[in-house]
Amino acid sequence: MSGEHEGPVGPVLDTSAPPDHAKKVADLKPDLLLTQEHNMCPGCGEPLALRVYLEALQELGVTQRSIMVAGIGCYTAFTSTVDVDLVQALHGRAPSVATGAKRMRPDAVVFTLQGDGDMVNEGLQEVLHTAARGEKVTCILLNNGVFGETGGHMTATSVLGQRTKNSLDGRDAEYHGYPILIGDLIARLQGAAYVARGSVHNAGAVARTKKMFRRAFESQLRGDGFTFVEVLTMCPTGWFIPTGDGPEYMHETLGEVHIMGELKVGGVVKTTEELHEENAARQREVEHALERGGLDR
Amino acid sequence: MTAVPTAQRRLMEGSEAIAEAAIAAGCRFFAGYPMTPFTELLEHLAKKLPEVGGVCINAESELEAVGMAWGALATGARAATGSTGQGLSLMQESFSEITLAELPLVVFNMARGQQDYFQATRGGGHGDYRHLVLAPLDIAEAVELTQLAFHLADKWRNPVLVYGDYLLAHTHQAVSVEPVEFAPLPPKAWAVDGSGGGTGDSQLVTPLGLAKHGHEAPGIERHLRGITAKHADMESEEQRAETAFCDDAETVVVAFGTPAKFVRYVVSQLRAEGEKVGFVRPISLWPYPFGAVADATAGATTVAVFELCAGQMIDDVRLAVLGRAPIVPIGGISTDGSGFGVGPLLDAEVIRERVLAAHRGGVDAELPPLPVNERG
Amino acid sequence: MTTIKSRGTVTIDVDTCKGCELCITACPPRVLSMTDEVNHLGYRYPQLHPGCTGCAACLMVCPDFCFEVFRFDEPVMTDLAGGAEEQS
Repeated sequence: MSGEHEGPVGPVLDTSAPPDHAKKVADLKPDLLLTQEHNMCPGCGEPLALRVYLEALQELGVTQRSIMVAGIGCYTAFTSTVDVDLVQALHGRAPSVATGAKRMRPDAVVFTLQGDGDMVNEGLQEVLHTAARGEKVTCILLNNGVFGETGGHMTATSVLGQRTKNSLDGRDAEYHGYPILIGDLIARLQGAAYVARGSVHNAGAVARTKKMFRRAFESQLRGDGFTFVEVLTMCPTGWFIPTGDGPEYMHETLGEVHIMGELKVGGVVKTTEELHEENAARQREVEHALERGGLDR
Repeated sequence: MTAVPTAQRRLMEGSEAIAEAAIAAGCRFFAGYPMTPFTELLEHLAKKLPEVGGVCINAESELEAVGMAWGALATGARAATGSTGQGLSLMQESFSEITLAELPLVVFNMARGQQDYFQATRGGGHGDYRHLVLAPLDIAEAVELTQLAFHLADKWRNPVLVYGDYLLAHTHQAVSVEPVEFAPLPPKAWAVDGSGGGTGDSQLVTPLGLAKHGHEAPGIERHLRGITAKHADMESEEQRAETAFCDDAETVVVAFGTPAKFVRYVVSQLRAEGEKVGFVRPISLWPYPFGAVADATAGATTVAVFELCAGQMIDDVRLAVLGRAPIVPIGGISTDGSGFGVGPLLDAEVIRERVLAAHRGGVDAELPPLPVNERG
Repeated sequence: MTTIKSRGTVTIDVDTCKGCELCITACPPRVLSMTDEVNHLGYRYPQLHPGCTGCAACLMVCPDFCFEVFRFDEPVMTDLAGGAEEQS
């Protein structure tokens, strides 16, 4: 939320060591992440998604039968630091690798980790066919609307008006065409069982995204079919904005085009209008809670 | 591997024999895209693999076919893909990277002629990689070499390509697909099955020279050097060739694959008539049996090369012969009206004339003109 | 005199912080501010003021895994005038 806030008051407290007379309620990093260190840019949203899907796997008790298939992008760096059996695929080609792995290991939880350049540009055919065939894998899309690793170039999900290194005046419909709303496309394929689009622009969104991951993995475990979780992530570097502006920028640009919500549950596809209504209703609830003084001051 | 009972001879086309041989070798995953003359191999595996608990997927394109095989391989399964030359062109990026990831892919090129020799042996993919390439003479040899391909792929953790063609795919013959016993191989400790998760020792199958945090990564340079270090060993151990009548041969003919059976027949016929001709057939196209070809042609005054293309293997013959004798190409492009199959050059009489012309005329031989496919 | 109740607190691994400031805006009670100093990477990093609820929003939005979050057995009261902490 933008607008006026009271800033912090009072002295700076010691945060260098765990406190006495307290219980830890949240760990530094997920157990499945071998080190917290990485070279993602300041303000990158990808680690936020990484955290919650690793936590989801652990909570479901499937860490010892999970196979991850990674695409190529900034997130490829995590292939060394996630404590999950992993196969590296080529740019765009993780869904087919995941297909082969799942067919040979049907009891494993097989999922991909891909960016929008990887999945929606290079690999559009792969993910659509994998979904259409109902392969019992979960494809995870980290969608920041740019090719991050190469320095911030336009992808098939970049929104109109978005400036990137090869659309410096902003994406233009006439010259560059329109973005592909991949989650919406996939939701309409019969083989897709659960399709959701979350984001990591604030804590509430992160928490909702974690639920989406859980539902997707649970759906895979039930053998329902193809499952898909798209996560809108911040890329302040690729968006040419200060890190602190990332969440708002994302909410107002990508978030206005790639509408968040559970796009398909139990075979039922939600329309864009229904998603808008759900999101608006949630926003009203949050505002009421704030007005009622739900925060402890 | 469970013992497979001795098969009975049964009339089947080459594609079916190769499919059965792959299954006898333990292949339990195949993915492909229909394309002539490869399509029947996909059809047979689509039928037979589920019967043995395997999986055959009709992939949406050749790119995905090789990707699916990649995923299956990573789990430790024996897996394969295939196509004809054009489809293999699409798979090249994955071929390179699968080799760099040290996965034991078996690939079948049911080729349209012999013009994919460079693609197979030089590789159309990027980077310093090699595939072992085996070129069967006929269906019986294809049954052995298919099984050998799976063994060598696992032995070296390197892809192996089986170079077939239309004739091999579609000829019907009474064949018995006998399982071949090979030396035992170590278990695939590198394979992923999910069980490494959360242990601190999870597995990483990657072409990039990375390793999991806490383990020493070779880094990309050392990794690539490690891959190419295998090449020298493969080259010294996996050369295969067949020679005949070379000891006192004046003219030695070099040919590979199904056309080589025609050439061998012609050479043995000419020998029976007193002509001093010999024959050498590379069975491994990579590593090329330079030593065997050099030895076979050591005393020759003419080396003739027969291949169904404009001249590709001839480059390797030149490397083997190193100028000791002139090299005369006696093959050429020849195909049927569709472009997929057998052309008029693949004819014992026609080949005989060309071998004789080279034998009598040497490097100045006036070869008969190439026969023309009536349908152009 | 104002008294602020802290139900929770955090530890902050300042050496890993890359100064992105996402935690500052994510914190619902707004109890984080950025320092003027920099860590060994050259980034400013967050510091905590009284009023933390232990909601872990900061942890959830931190790309660099800098936070651990705790809830006190009993809330800690901080008097602003004196700045001293006491158990309530």
